[in-house]
Amino acid sequence: MLDIVKMLEEKRAHARLGGGQKRIDAQHAKGKLTARERLEVLLDEDSFEEFDMFVEHRSTDFGMANQKIPGDGVVTGHGTINGRLVFVYSQDFTVFGGSLSEAHAEKICKIMDQAMKVGAPVIGMNDSGGARIQEGVAALGGYAEVFQRNVMASGVIPQLSLIMGPCAGGAVYSPAITDFIFMVKDTSYMFVTGPDVVKTVTHEEVTQEELGGARTHSTRSGVADMAFENDIDALLQVRRMMDFIPSSNREKPPSRPTADPADRPEMSLDSLVPENPNKPYDIKELIHKVVDEGDFFEIQPDYAGNIVIGFGRMNGSPVGFVANQPMVLAGCLDIDSSRKAARFVRFCDAFNIPIVTFVDVPGFLPGTTQEYGGIIKHGAKLLYAYAEATVPKVTLITRKAYGGAYDVMASKHLRGDVNYAWPQAEIAVMGAKGAVEIIFRQDIGNAEKIEARTQEYADKFANPFVASSRGYVDEVIRPHNTRRRLIKALGMLRNKQLENPWKKHGNIPL
Amino acid sequence: MFQKILIANRGEIAVRIIRTCKRLGIKTVVVYSEADKTSLAVEMADEVVAIGGPTAAESYLVQERILKAAKDTGAEAIHPGFGFLSENAGFAEAVAEAGLVFIGPTPHAIQAMGDKIESKLLAQKAGVSVAPGYDGALSNDEDALKVAHDIGYPVMIKASAGGGGKGMRIAWDDDGLKEGLVSAASEARSSFGDDRVFIEKYIHRGRHIEVQVLGDSHGNVIHLGERECSVQRRHQKVLEEAPSPLVDPEMRAHMGAQAVGLAKAVGYQSAGTVEFIVSQDKEFFFLEMNTRLQVEHPVTEEITGFDLVEEMLRVAYGEKLRWSQEDVTIDGWAVEARLYAEDPSRNFLPSIGRLRRYVEPPLVEGVRVDSGVREGDEISMYYDPMIAKLVAHGRDRAEAIARLQQALDGFVVDGIGNNLVFLNAALANDTFRSGTFSTAFIEEEFAEGYFGPERTDAVVETLVPIIAAAHTIRSLRDACLSGQMPGQSWRPSREWVVRIDRKDYAVDVIPGDNGCTIGWNGASLRVTTDWAPGDRVFQGHVDGRPVTAQVVSTGAGYRVSHNGAAVALEVLTPRQAELAALMPIKEPPDLSKFTMSPMPGLLLRISVEVGEEVQEGQEIAVVEAMKMENILRAERRGVVKSVNAEQGDSMTADQVIVEFE
Repeated sequence: MLDIVKMLEEKRAHARLGGGQKRIDAQHAKGKLTARERLEVLLDEDSFEEFDMFVEHRSTDFGMANQKIPGDGVVTGHGTINGRLVFVYSQDFTVFGGSLSEAHAEKICKIMDQAMKVGAPVIGMNDSGGARIQEGVAALGGYAEVFQRNVMASGVIPQLSLIMGPCAGGAVYSPAITDFIFMVKDTSYMFVTGPDVVKTVTHEEVTQEELGGARTHSTRSGVADMAFENDIDALLQVRRMMDFIPSSNREKPPSRPTADPADRPEMSLDSLVPENPNKPYDIKELIHKVVDEGDFFEIQPDYAGNIVIGFGRMNGSPVGFVANQPMVLAGCLDIDSSRKAARFVRFCDAFNIPIVTFVDVPGFLPGTTQEYGGIIKHGAKLLYAYAEATVPKVTLITRKAYGGAYDVMASKHLRGDVNYAWPQAEIAVMGAKGAVEIIFRQDIGNAEKIEARTQEYADKFANPFVASSRGYVDEVIRPHNTRRRLIKALGMLRNKQLENPWKKHGNIPL
Repeated sequence: MFQKILIANRGEIAVRIIRTCKRLGIKTVVVYSEADKTSLAVEMADEVVAIGGPTAAESYLVQERILKAAKDTGAEAIHPGFGFLSENAGFAEAVAEAGLVFIGPTPHAIQAMGDKIESKLLAQKAGVSVAPGYDGALSNDEDALKVAHDIGYPVMIKASAGGGGKGMRIAWDDDGLKEGLVSAASEARSSFGDDRVFIEKYIHRGRHIEVQVLGDSHGNVIHLGERECSVQRRHQKVLEEAPSPLVDPEMRAHMGAQAVGLAKAVGYQSAGTVEFIVSQDKEFFFLEMNTRLQVEHPVTEEITGFDLVEEMLRVAYGEKLRWSQEDVTIDGWAVEARLYAEDPSRNFLPSIGRLRRYVEPPLVEGVRVDSGVREGDEISMYYDPMIAKLVAHGRDRAEAIARLQQALDGFVVDGIGNNLVFLNAALANDTFRSGTFSTAFIEEEFAEGYFGPERTDAVVETLVPIIAAAHTIRSLRDACLSGQMPGQSWRPSREWVVRIDRKDYAVDVIPGDNGCTIGWNGASLRVTTDWAPGDRVFQGHVDGRPVTAQVVSTGAGYRVSHNGAAVALEVLTPRQAELAALMPIKEPPDLSKFTMSPMPGLLLRISVEVGEEVQEGQEIAVVEAMKMENILRAERRGVVKSVNAEQGDSMTADQVIVEFE
């Protein structure tokens, strides 16, 4: 018996060393942590329970038969983050470059299956050279097995991907399906085809970092939700985000006590919206001043800045915020912002997170770039996402709500549960100037008349009262009371029940 | 007493005057410019009158509109505050002609003291000590050498028509004098079209000390002691105190008597200030007289118990002074710090924008805040960048400084650059604390501007227990999250590593009621606080010592500021800290190689091209923000590497416009 225990300990020690000290040092030299070190940072101390530590690959070709390392390049298991259960896999670059073999894929699939059964999130730390070429199609099959599970798990359990090293070719599609992608600056990249292939095919010269680095994906492509300075920062931020998200679609999001009063007034919000309707202001100030403790976890902060999305808490319970940002492109909707917000709304809806929407939108961005890019279908994604969402939806119009964009932004007509407006709100088909130039076309040229008409139109529509007289706005509230009113509305909606008609699935305009 | 007065000013001083009027039951009328429509002063006044556009020239300097506003509202008197029309004799006269009372000295006194040469002659006649010098223009070098030998080196060569430091030279010997005469004269010629210069005794390491006087219309004048105003940055006062650490009772009596003598000589009948330049060995010479209330008047109020605004109102109404000189006593010490919307890390550039967060410090004993703004107000570029004054009173200088520091620690200002941290660093400076500084204090001690504190052990020693306690409170709360896995033994760590600038400070923490006990460096510190997650201001006691700090959560870490130190740090478990040490150091980009938009706005113009060599101070681009053009200039010489924006682009703050090689 003791011998066996001794052997076990030896085997464990061997497995923990992965590819050996030399490769661990190389990993550190690159500024990266090892697979196990990452788990130590991510999970609560001593909470990690490992699965399949001794799994080995079964391939024999190209001399692989005598190159076996226990664990086969991925560490899997479960642990807790602030006491809550999560399943994890962490690819080990020191073992065969983290490459994915059939056995490696099976380990990932095993924890995904478990996670689905018990209803807990899966967090994957990707650091892999790609498919294990020696295994050929078996590795490809492994990828597809993971993809299939990613798809089945989508909307059932939260899935989060950290890209902490290379992630190229087929490997990108598992993170692509997951709910969030976090990348590490300077040490991670993601692309379908690398710089060499790009050069051969298109003669474009591009570095890995430019083609698929963290900055590229978090600012230009929108593939990554966040980019962080280093492994530690990325992992600590994952811990922070997990506190906002329920373990599965069967649960309410996790709440916690707060000392922040639910009726805290914020007098300065009364002066947030400038008198000049063309002057921008920072919508994030509103978010920061209404959430509990000023704690807002912004998603995709550096991409499509004309819309702001992220998590916060209201009276202890998580809420997803979607807000037009007047500081960027006047807050108008375009392709990127519509896609960004639509995916976020669907995530919140899938996981029972109420949505609070702040509206200040002058319309959709005009132009050939937008039309040729298919703004019609992309804009419709956000419309679709809001319309199908059954979680509590509370909307506040802070200033402009013009045209079709008014409809899209969680309007009453899209089953908005509580729709508030600030006194400065203008709900109209368009701004007064544009409207007058259409209605009173014959008067163009007569500046005096146009001005009078503009004033007339503005007096009639540049206020929240026309919309509230129709019940499209439930109530006009004073800005300084916003936190109290939102919390009341969310409290009232806590046990909201609403079901969409049975269908296999809808056909969102992808 | 007056029933209603008009305040021809704005901001902090308008609010200050309203406060006293409210206490005395006097109704107030405030005039305001377009930019001040929703200001605190406007909100507090009984009546308000709009008087024009945002610039002072369109509003606060337009005499007719102010007089009309006074007549229309039935105000009996006008208080000019400071700045704007406060030292304009013509305005004082116009007020009188309109049948109203000017709450200030007579036009004659303003006139007489407003003229450099006349005031000096008057002072001399009144027996005030005046810096020895030659009060006529010099005709040749020999004259100059003779004068210099008479008064003794060092001497200051000054342009007769001068001002603003132009045409001024200091000479320490004959050669320096000859050289200085030539260059001062040529600079004076090019600046003022007048190359006449004169010579005056130069006070090396001089101090700026001023005496507060108060007179009535019955010929009585008293003085309320002195104020030390040597801590200045480019003639802008930063810290003021009363009394001065240099002045002894005998000297105070001397200076006071001279100030009173001068005030009497011009028939002074309001609050006024006689400024002196004082050498380190207590020689003092008359500089000028300010015929108005001074910004720094509160330090005098704190140590004498006078309300200077009330006294101004009373004497303007014709009342006799209620006190004689013997009644004036000095109680303790008062120090004032001026909060400016200026960024010390950007060479004190004025910063404008919305005051996103503005929370005055929680009650600290003996501390008074004179402010003219509220959270959410817009700090505009039209007026002086001073937004508030903090004044602390204590039994002695050390107590006053400590209270001021504590108040500064608890003062929350976000959204605009400001000098809070710098003020605290200046208060903590050894030279300042020793009381032996001169007007060169800031230049000498903060030569390159101020970029934050040095990481001294003392700084760290105060920060570590604060953040360890805050983090412990927060992690205990976070551990109350719902949905936890049952049957596990997980509890938040009791051992933490506070990581500052890649240096680790290990602590172990035992949570208790209202705080915790922190084991650190073999010692055990008891921290008590009722801080809760999300609170910006941390107030508590570390081993019985009161501390105030600001704690901002930055995602993975915190930013803590305390006592002039603002530090970004992380609190990690020991294992996390071990692993964090493996993370690479990333050099921050060298920002001096870029010209960036300092604020959101519209790029009106780019004035340079790729490959162009630019000189320091050359215009690079113009950004329009809030209808004002902001000229961005080269910080140093360089060659333009790339232009990253186009004319007409809308800019975000810190967006790169031009990159240099």
